[in-house]
Amino acid sequence: MNSGRIVGRALLGAVLGIAAIGSAQAAEPPLKVGLLEDVSGDLAFMGMPKLHGSQLAVEEINKSGGVLGRQIELIHLDPQGDNARYQEFGRRLLNRDKVDVLIGGITSASREALRPIVDRTTTPYFYTNQYEGGVCDASMISMGAVPEQQFSTLIPWMVQKFGKKVYVIAADYNFGQISAEWNRKIMKDLGGEVVGEEFIPLGVSQFAQTIQNIQKAKPDWLLTINVGAAQDSFFEQAAAANLNLPMGSSIKIMLGFEHKRFKPPALNNMHATANWFEEIDTPEANDFKKRWHAKFPDELYINDMGYNAYNALYMYKALVEKAKSTKLEDMRKVIASGDACIDAPEGKVCIDPKSQHTSHRMRLISVGPKHEVTVEKDYGTIQPYWLGEIGCDLTKKNDKDQYTPSHLPSKS
Amino acid sequence: MSAELFSVFYQFADVFAFLILSAAGLAIVFGMMGVINMAHGEFIMCGAYVTVGLVNLGVPLPIAQILAALTAGIIGMIVEYLVVRRFYKRPLDSLLATWGLSLIVTQSMLLTVGSAVRGIGTPEGSFAIGGYTFSTYRLVLFFCAVAVLAGLYIIFMKTRFGVIARATMQNAAMAKALGARTGRIYSISFGIGTALAGLCGALYAPTMTLIPTMGATFVVESFVTVVIGGANVLLGTAPAAVFLAMIRMALNASYGQIIGQIGMLFAVILIIRVLPEGLSSVLVRRGR
Repeated sequence: MNSGRIVGRALLGAVLGIAAIGSAQAAEPPLKVGLLEDVSGDLAFMGMPKLHGSQLAVEEINKSGGVLGRQIELIHLDPQGDNARYQEFGRRLLNRDKVDVLIGGITSASREALRPIVDRTTTPYFYTNQYEGGVCDASMISMGAVPEQQFSTLIPWMVQKFGKKVYVIAADYNFGQISAEWNRKIMKDLGGEVVGEEFIPLGVSQFAQTIQNIQKAKPDWLLTINVGAAQDSFFEQAAAANLNLPMGSSIKIMLGFEHKRFKPPALNNMHATANWFEEIDTPEANDFKKRWHAKFPDELYINDMGYNAYNALYMYKALVEKAKSTKLEDMRKVIASGDACIDAPEGKVCIDPKSQHTSHRMRLISVGPKHEVTVEKDYGTIQPYWLGEIGCDLTKKNDKDQYTPSHLPSKS
Repeated sequence: MSAELFSVFYQFADVFAFLILSAAGLAIVFGMMGVINMAHGEFIMCGAYVTVGLVNLGVPLPIAQILAALTAGIIGMIVEYLVVRRFYKRPLDSLLATWGLSLIVTQSMLLTVGSAVRGIGTPEGSFAIGGYTFSTYRLVLFFCAVAVLAGLYIIFMKTRFGVIARATMQNAAMAKALGARTGRIYSISFGIGTALAGLCGALYAPTMTLIPTMGATFVVESFVTVVIGGANVLLGTAPAAVFLAMIRMALNASYGQIIGQIGMLFAVILIIRVLPEGLSSVLVRRGR
């Protein structure tokens, strides 16, 4: 049922590619960038900004001369939120289209579905979401924020401000499970108490029972790491039942822009730590937003995934130009030198040599009753230090594993 | 104590309303007419989008909801005339045709309306009992579900149209020989079914995120309820919803949503194994 669309996309990609070559009068063939983002299905509202961010970056880079003088050809396929399709399309891009770099994936499930396929090739893979952290894999470069940047900042702040009892609502797959594990670890270190944890299957949209379970447990605040449009209905239903508890999250507002999708005050008193949110007010950020909205005037919100997807292409350009090569091993030499940095709209960000994750300037944001977003605290630049501390060092050894607080590298 | 009791009732009512409202339309279209309507969720989505669109234009919520149900009903009759009519004797083909329709509709909505629409917010109102607070609107949903059941009963059991409709579903050729205009009966029945689907979407629209694929969250529950209800839809759907709601509510409350969902589907497998004709087969036998 997809072949028509795929052929259409491929043709469109080819036409765009030819147009790009024609305008740049370049003799060298274009660099092929394979992009897998959901623009239909349950996560389309988050995936659309990722496609847009990639398109904007490609357009800008091509206009200013390309990468090493070569134009970029973007080949986007839509896996529709289906992990099997991620694998099928991943193989197609890597083996048939022979892309120079693969970018994309929304859920951590889709990333883990893709990673073994990428690991069998020598193609670099950029994952552009914030996530639950811990992937130690030389083929993967992570552009988003990780728990030491998001949870180690947010949770102590929430505990100090609202109290030591937390109730967790999490999506029931690897992202939700591992994030909840992070919360348990950090709460334990802080002497706090997790008074309840509820894992919710993707697609569930009814929360009356959950709301009562929360009221019974009497937490001081909620950690909401529910995922997808259906599970987001929690906020509306909790507001209607007058639950009225402070909430913290690593994915709400800057990623799911719930404050734009729900009627105020459903998201009142939500707090999150983010490297990007559209309300950032700096000259670089404002300039970036202006360019984005000029190209995509209908965009409801520039979310952090879209922003990271945009950065990924500039980071790729920087790595290729510093390495003077599109080979993963040459690019990794640049990363190992600690010199893999770009000037992003949030400020300067660099790739950590040991983990191949990105440093970020983190801010804590709060949502008010009219859904206005205010910056509560600026943490400055935070390194993705955790993987390096527990013994992941990709400059020496490629683990190809994902670590969590309960699954650490063996000491041998 | 009374707070706990009320809480149990409230949770039961909440799941019951969800099952009944999502299944009522399908009970007619699939249960009575035998059309495996894979686009059921899209009629629900249609009701939700029309409601939100009208509210944004300034129409009061209850009127918007009624208009949304009517819109879904009219679209249903058009779909019946153009597509479904050709498949009454080919139930498996009707599955493919309506599934195709569902894919076309969700993708067209994505392309024209966009990937997310801003919600309208649940009508204000909550009340507290003991340590718990409850949303008043969820109780309204429960009463709507009861009203839908009563309405269906009256239409199909107490009116002339209902008698002719049931006769047509049982034996169309005989009904036609006796002078019933079966084409029109099918068309109106399908319209009522999709209008009820639209009503479900309209009623849940204020409480949910609106995306083109939102119908999918209702579809499993609706099919399961209708199948468990069995051959006699009017007698089966309500007890099926009561039964499934009790199981789901009890498991949700003690073990969380995952076990609640697994448990409910497990109960469904058991019922189909033990009572292949559904719950109504037992009730009908008792009644005789």
